[in-house]
Amino acid sequence: MDINDVYNLLKKVFEDGIGELKTGIPVEDCIYVEAGKIEAVCFFLRDEERLQFDALMCLSGVDKDKTTLTTVYHLYSYALKHRLTIKVDVPKDNPVVQSVYQVWSTAEWHERESYDLLGIKYEGNPDLRRILLPEDWEGHPLLKDYKVQEFYNGMKVPY
Amino acid sequence: MPEVRTEEMLINMGPQHPSTHGVLRLFLTLEGEIVKDVRPYIGYLHRCFEKHTEAMTYPQVIPYTDRMDYLNSMSNEWSYVLGLEKLMGIEVPERVEYIRVVMAELQRIASHLVALGTYGNDAGAFTPFLYSFIDREKVLELFEITCGARLLYNYFWVGGLSHDIPANFQSKVKAFIKEFEPNIKMYNDLLSYNKIFIERTANTGILPLDVAINAGATGPILRASGLKYDLRKDEPYSIYHKFDFEIPVAEQEVGTVGDSWNRYMVRIKEMVQSLRIIEQAIDNIPEGDVSSAVPKRVKPPVGEIYSRTETPKGELGYYIISDGSLNPYRVKARSPSFVNLSILPKISKGHMMADLVMILGSLDIVLGCIDR
Amino acid sequence: MDNFITSLLGENILTFVLVTVPVIAFVAVFALYAVLGERKISAWMQNRVGPNRVGKGGVLQTIIDGLKLIQKEFVSPIRADKYIFNLAPIIVFTAAFMGFAVIPFSSIFIGADLNLGLFYFFAITSLGVIGLMIAGWSSNNKYSLYGAVRSVSQIVSYEIPTALAAIPVVMLAGSLSMQTIIHEQAGGILNWYIFGGPGAISKLILFPFMLTSAVILFISTLAETNRTPFDIVEADSEIVAGVHIEYSGMKFAMFFFAEYAQMFAVAAIVSTLFLGGWQSPFGDLIPFLNNPWIQFGWAISKGLLLVFVQIWLRWTLPRLRVDQLMTVCWKFLIPITLIDLFIIGLYAVL
Repeated sequence: MDINDVYNLLKKVFEDGIGELKTGIPVEDCIYVEAGKIEAVCFFLRDEERLQFDALMCLSGVDKDKTTLTTVYHLYSYALKHRLTIKVDVPKDNPVVQSVYQVWSTAEWHERESYDLLGIKYEGNPDLRRILLPEDWEGHPLLKDYKVQEFYNGMKVPY
Repeated sequence: MPEVRTEEMLINMGPQHPSTHGVLRLFLTLEGEIVKDVRPYIGYLHRCFEKHTEAMTYPQVIPYTDRMDYLNSMSNEWSYVLGLEKLMGIEVPERVEYIRVVMAELQRIASHLVALGTYGNDAGAFTPFLYSFIDREKVLELFEITCGARLLYNYFWVGGLSHDIPANFQSKVKAFIKEFEPNIKMYNDLLSYNKIFIERTANTGILPLDVAINAGATGPILRASGLKYDLRKDEPYSIYHKFDFEIPVAEQEVGTVGDSWNRYMVRIKEMVQSLRIIEQAIDNIPEGDVSSAVPKRVKPPVGEIYSRTETPKGELGYYIISDGSLNPYRVKARSPSFVNLSILPKISKGHMMADLVMILGSLDIVLGCIDR
Repeated sequence: MDNFITSLLGENILTFVLVTVPVIAFVAVFALYAVLGERKISAWMQNRVGPNRVGKGGVLQTIIDGLKLIQKEFVSPIRADKYIFNLAPIIVFTAAFMGFAVIPFSSIFIGADLNLGLFYFFAITSLGVIGLMIAGWSSNNKYSLYGAVRSVSQIVSYEIPTALAAIPVVMLAGSLSMQTIIHEQAGGILNWYIFGGPGAISKLILFPFMLTSAVILFISTLAETNRTPFDIVEADSEIVAGVHIEYSGMKFAMFFFAEYAQMFAVAAIVSTLFLGGWQSPFGDLIPFLNNPWIQFGWAISKGLLLVFVQIWLRWTLPRLRVDQLMTVCWKFLIPITLIDLFIIGLYAVL
């Protein structure tokens, strides 16, 4: 199935939950999905017979611009050998996305990482803690306006 | 008689522990010797790779990718370089492709040899560890004569290579193949088919295929669960379509499909296939210039790409976003060890503490790759 | 007479003390060079050189290591039970050395030829497990505790096949005295108990059973000394070093020495019971080789041969798991020794 068919199929099932389809940017096309609908959409993508996206290759958080954070889902189907990119935009002042942990358990650690480094909160992740940084670290380093904290437990951080 | 009160034992395994293969901390809940729960804590080796990339130019990132999975630096570089080449539309010379294949497969052998040796060590057999390191040494020597570095190469550049191979490289590789091929049988005799080793590893930590796919397992771990899937065959990049090789999967030989022994054995079989690829490639390296396609300035157009390759540990992906400047806007590394380690709690519950060590070893993680 | 020293100087306290000197000297020298030997043999098996810096070819390596350990500070963890913590290595060390009292080195030299010699040996060497247990407990470290629990379960279990595998020899020799057992095996290699002992009929019938007994005795003594493949007590890849975790300096060295001393002790027992102890393999063919002074050589070289096998196994085999260790003991070794015991007992009675 090519990306337009996938898009039309999703649009038919989820209507408003599906944002725009972006093609033309070099190499990768993607579909935008609403933050509150992503879990249902992913369940559909995994279980629909024509799509069968049974694996989540990668989940990345991106600081898109001054007001928006993006979560990017790279999906792959071992059964049908095709891939798909899905993006979810959330505003920086309320970065909440539904977790897709129930759909692909790969997502658990990836979502933790994205939370750790960008501060996107994944609703429904069973164990949303920092994963790479210490638990008492301040701030989320991958944000473009990140300022490193002055002291960490009495140790000077910037050097 | 009063009832005997029992408690669960909480143990911190790591961050300094001989068999966590680096600074990994496992928080174990044990009932006697039985593992009730495992919680991995990672991040002790976090070097802010992704933040660093934002401040560097594209070629400057390559040495950093070396340091992710320091046991297979060549493959790490390849995945990154491949993504950029696709983004920029660079056609890589044939000679470069061949050399890259040879290097990546040699690296695969070296990485699997470490996996084999340390796995034997986990089981308490120290001797295979040293044998495998002797063979690995020969591979590292080949890398050394090519690019001067033994571990962190910075060898694959965007569009080409940093150095051409030396004149005697081909004959040395052939000599290595000749020396190494009989050793695989030796490893099998020494470790793989050792009765005690089989008892220790077979039927422990079984990872069923559906769980493996759902949890994102890749590489040898996925193949050990029975799926014949290899990016080199199923999504061929570079010139892998030109070579004739097989994808080893778990067979119903010893134990169950998906157990620790099969995860180990798939790696041994992969080394044989890697040798086959090298044999086919080494004689056909065409003449040419390895740096003819290297761009003066790596400045990809606005866009993004998720590029992935089959490294010895599994699928290594880089999600590169370019905003058209000299620095990447975002580079996200999807490391195979990171995902594979997240499977550990799923497959180790109910086993003994000694099995946990064997299961962890069979996942073949590298902490540099997990923590980035 | 037990040994040449008391027969020369008469039996008094002083000579009894004097008797211990060569034994302790031997054990100390053996332990030093067994450590070096283990390192050299493993190096040779693994295509490397091994220690070669101190002395010619590294012959002084262990002495230097020992000196280093002596110089170290006596460290006890704050939460450890200090008295017991310091007592444990002494118990282990003493238990390992006390076993040597009944090991015959020659027809004219044995510490004490007790009529219960074998029984004494098994009883006294298993005291070591008390030392390991309290070492693991008093260290107040979870890994140590695991090592202690493992060591107790392992050593107590393997006592049984060890004793059961030794009993056939006792039945055939009709004695628990070490010297009597060796005297019974006089007359060359074919009279050793591993081949069924003296007597043509006994050889014919008993050879396979005695051989299995000998092998089982060797296997279970391996487990008693915590050597690979039964080294789950130390299991460096699982519980790091087990009971040794918190020990350093001289206290650790005592554990280490005790382990090597015990290696030789059990090897000597296996050789006494099944390989004719200090008997020359040529029997009366070459009478010179049965000279009491040459007998020292036989006893020690047989022991060293078995120690070499122990080292060889250690650097070849992986380690068993706890439950597999128990399976081997209770499901294989003990039933087989019982069958052996039954058949050999039947033969001995008839």
